[in-house]
Amino acid sequence: MTDQNGAFFHRDRNWHPPALAPAYKTSVVRSPQKALISMNTTLSEQTGPVFGHTMLGALDNDLILNYAADGEMAIGQRIIVHGRVLDQNGRGVPGALLEFWQANAGGRYRHKKEGYLAPLDPNFGGCGRTVTDENGGFSLRTVKPGAYPWPNGVNDWRPAHIHFSVFGQGFAQRLITQMYFEGDPLIWKCPIVQSIPSRAAVEQLIAPLDMDNTVPMDARAYKFDIVLRGRRSTLFENRMEGT
Amino acid sequence: MQELTQLKESPSQTAGPYVHIGCVPNFCDITGVYPEDLGAQMVNAYTKGERITLKGTVFDGTGTAIKDAMVEIWQADADGIYPGNDPRGVADPNFTGWGRKAGDYDTGEWVFHTIRPGAVPFPDGRMMAPHISLWIVARGINIGLNTRMYFPDSDNSADPLLTRIEHQNRVATLIAEKEADGVYRFDIYLQGEKETVFLDV
Repeated sequence: MTDQNGAFFHRDRNWHPPALAPAYKTSVVRSPQKALISMNTTLSEQTGPVFGHTMLGALDNDLILNYAADGEMAIGQRIIVHGRVLDQNGRGVPGALLEFWQANAGGRYRHKKEGYLAPLDPNFGGCGRTVTDENGGFSLRTVKPGAYPWPNGVNDWRPAHIHFSVFGQGFAQRLITQMYFEGDPLIWKCPIVQSIPSRAAVEQLIAPLDMDNTVPMDARAYKFDIVLRGRRSTLFENRMEGT
Repeated sequence: MQELTQLKESPSQTAGPYVHIGCVPNFCDITGVYPEDLGAQMVNAYTKGERITLKGTVFDGTGTAIKDAMVEIWQADADGIYPGNDPRGVADPNFTGWGRKAGDYDTGEWVFHTIRPGAVPFPDGRMMAPHISLWIVARGINIGLNTRMYFPDSDNSADPLLTRIEHQNRVATLIAEKEADGVYRFDIYLQGEKETVFLDV
């Protein structure tokens, strides 16, 4: 059926990280302790804000240029990240707003609360956004973020990552996650990554190097697909008894 | 036997302490990239409905205000229609329905200027009491938290969600406090005796 206006599939909470992951210390006092109240989605969750391509600026998905002075560029390893936003039924999600943010090539964020000694890059802001095309496809250009230390254990380092905030077609699909890079040994040492219960789920967040889409002499490509909750057909769900 | 072919949802990861960079860059002094932060304005001079202010603070399990949370709200227009993609009709074009605010760096408080939503039906046709959906992310929150805010001056007695909560003494955590005419406070407690009811929806 092409009719996909029904309730969203229930979220598999065993696939996601639990609220409480003690090795990620901040989660200890920020995790609800009572059971979540389960309910099927209603119109309040099946609807969601719509963002058009018209709101986008020409450089919104280009972090190498979107904060740089005229004629300047961000410093770092030039990369392209591309992929599709899909739902659990495997359908591309068109019109999905993606917002992304990251540290610069040295592992430093442009933020007042950031204290790492690595320097800011005057030509790198660290934010970008795009809206998926009719097939759910998207791409962005940036510099590969650096790994950085963070106050948790005395020597915890985040693997290189890009944060993604994703809107689908319903507020129930709202998701924030992180993309990691193939081959980074820090992935398997990170308490935030390890909050995810299974290796298979972690692998879903690791983008492989994509040589076919790499631009020779310019930028390497990484492929990152994002899956949002699927939804049921309304065919039988809304058929009233006796009609 | 055939295999089911559904994909797994991408696992969530915390929004982290620098969520502002990606979601509200102007708020954290990254200017010149976007003209304004998304979700900053929900209403304009022509929006139909009663203007309200909704504010609150997110508290951790020690009672400390969280100063790096980001809150998003989603609600129907004054007639109970959701902007965007409500299958029942077209909402007020002067209302976005969606707002996003970061907590204040010093106090953690967030403030939305919006309108009182109309009632929206539950799937079985009963009406839900007017409510606003909230989604909360922050450093230390591994997956965004869903909850709802109801109004203290509405009749919530037949709401299909509120009436099915087993521990009725927790329903009060979903009802805002009226601070003044048109001003509502909805503080969110992640843990403790006053822990807000969060939804797996």
